Amino acid sequence: MSTPVVRLRNAVVVQSHFPLLSGVDLDLEPGSLTLLTGPNGAGKTSLLRLLGGLVPLTSGEATVLGHDLSGGDARWLRRRVGWLGHEASFYQDLTVRQNLVFAARALERPLEAINPALERVGLEARGDVTTRLLSAGQRRRVALAWLLIRRAELWLLDEPYASLDDEGRVFFDQLLADVQAAGATIVMSAHDPLRSLTLAPTLIRLVGGRVVPS
Amino acid sequence: MIAVAWLVARKDLAIELRSRVLLWQVVPFGLLALLLAGLALGPSLAGHSSSAPGLFYLVTLFTALLMVARSQAVEHTPGTRASVATLGLDPAGVFLGKSFALMIELWVTGLVLLAGTVVLLHTSLVGTVHALPSVLLALGALACAGTLYGALTAGVDGPATLLPVLALPAFAPLLVAGERSFSAALHGGGLWEWWVIVTVTLVGYLAAGILLYGVLEES
Amino acid sequence: MKRLAPLLGPATVLSLAVTFVMGLWLTPPDVVQGQLVRLLYVHPALAWVALYVSFATTTIASALYLWPRTRTMTMDRVAYCAMEVSIVFIALTLITGSLWGRPAWGVWWAWDARLTATAIMLILELGYLALRRANDDAKVRARRSAVFGILIALNVPIIHFAVQWWKTLHQPATVLSNSGKVTVHGSMLWTLLLSFVAFTLLFFWLLRARYRLENQREHRRDAGLATVLEQRQREGL
Repeated sequence: MSTPVVRLRNAVVVQSHFPLLSGVDLDLEPGSLTLLTGPNGAGKTSLLRLLGGLVPLTSGEATVLGHDLSGGDARWLRRRVGWLGHEASFYQDLTVRQNLVFAARALERPLEAINPALERVGLEARGDVTTRLLSAGQRRRVALAWLLIRRAELWLLDEPYASLDDEGRVFFDQLLADVQAAGATIVMSAHDPLRSLTLAPTLIRLVGGRVVPS
Repeated sequence: MIAVAWLVARKDLAIELRSRVLLWQVVPFGLLALLLAGLALGPSLAGHSSSAPGLFYLVTLFTALLMVARSQAVEHTPGTRASVATLGLDPAGVFLGKSFALMIELWVTGLVLLAGTVVLLHTSLVGTVHALPSVLLALGALACAGTLYGALTAGVDGPATLLPVLALPAFAPLLVAGERSFSAALHGGGLWEWWVIVTVTLVGYLAAGILLYGVLEES
Repeated sequence: MKRLAPLLGPATVLSLAVTFVMGLWLTPPDVVQGQLVRLLYVHPALAWVALYVSFATTTIASALYLWPRTRTMTMDRVAYCAMEVSIVFIALTLITGSLWGRPAWGVWWAWDARLTATAIMLILELGYLALRRANDDAKVRARRSAVFGILIALNVPIIHFAVQWWKTLHQPATVLSNSGKVTVHGSMLWTLLLSFVAFTLLFFWLLRARYRLENQREHRRDAGLATVLEQRQREGL
């Protein structure tokens, strides 16, 4: 049996005296696709943020990509995850291309990967447009383009279908299938599980900051 | 660290070049503040060059606050923080890069305001040119200090009001040293102690920023 | 150390009482300053505690919090409580300085170097409290406060020398001259030295009381958190 990419035991995350996660137990295998479901405020985004090293672990055990989250500096882990949040990514006053060049240089990714990625997400004509001027769906595609350039080991996607039109959703399903085939592990949250069942994900239901039986 | 600093500085300057906040908002504010300072002094003192160094530095401090707030605000728009955090940039490099970009912006603003003091407050052109090295050094120190205080107040409740409360008292030595060195350049007098203050401030904040910026980014 | 702690209160009260008796009745008035000299047994000791003792406590505790091996919330609490007590002492330093300045200089506020520097320090310390109030999360608050605590410490010598070189009216060092010579004599010297001990003890007594109060608050918050955690878990049942 392979070492799990994610291993959580009674993981608790408290911020501003409120338990965002109240004791999560979770094991995720390499190359798996996991869909987090649950009502608003269940802790889906918080769990994704914990897995990305974006919020500190308050108590319990958490290991992601071999990194112990109780061990302090999460920079090593952050450089290995691909993050797609609720909001647009990077800097609103830079052009799409400037943002991607900045991010690619930061992670030493080849700049030649930018144009193909923009083409793949259908933004090849928008490369020199200020990000602020794009629609919400287009900004989502910019974030997807970055994930393509990034080639992360662990993809953390928070409501990835939000703001995407039908064409974008089909494209996104295809993208996830490709990424999974390439061996990456994907964890995503969505309100619409049926949408993603075509990809046969493992369903994890969260309520009250904990994993509950589906 | 240097590579990250260069990357971040170029990014911040590119944001400034595209948004033109400095050109259309900060510089006009600075010039307006100089004019208002002249009006507040009254007709007998407004054109008197002895008050010019102090007014120049006072106005510069307030414009610097605007620029510090802006420099941090671009990092805290919704979504930006998390996506940039996953780049895992070296915090010391981020501090140096942001400080460098802020220093360039402060230099541009400072040069315009110096021209403003020559025209509006009647400082001698030769004396103002002599004051230039000390002004550039003081603005460099201000950029390093401002970047640290900006990060300290970024993302909290009411950063716009908290930043001046934390930063302005700490900027006071720079105001004193800057004003004295500018006056010495205009009217003669000892300079070395003011260079010591500004240099120690610059080195102190550089060291503090390199060591502590990571702690602030984690929070 | 724990055995001595209960003695801190009585020792403080006793040393303060002796200082006041000696300062108000047993020491003579000054040849030049008259009765005004009695402020000498309060003001320098207050300033000593405000600008050195309490400040060193906050700085050391902040540094220990920032150092990963010694990072505990105890260090954050010590730094915070010391800063709060420091604000009381620094405000009293300014008030007593102003009371002395009125007859000596003819004004309540003079643009004196130490007075101005102390006022700037007070505003910086108030800023420390404002920063704490602006952060809800305990760990975020602790980190930012520790960094600001260190930055204030960095500012102390810079502000001191900047304002000192700018202008000073203040009397030179009172107990020891710059050449290291003792300039105050007899009962006045002993009372002055006792005042330093008494106000230092008062600082640690207040710090201990404030720390215990903060500890109780934290325990109550922790207990409340356990309840909230339980409620949150029940949402899933």
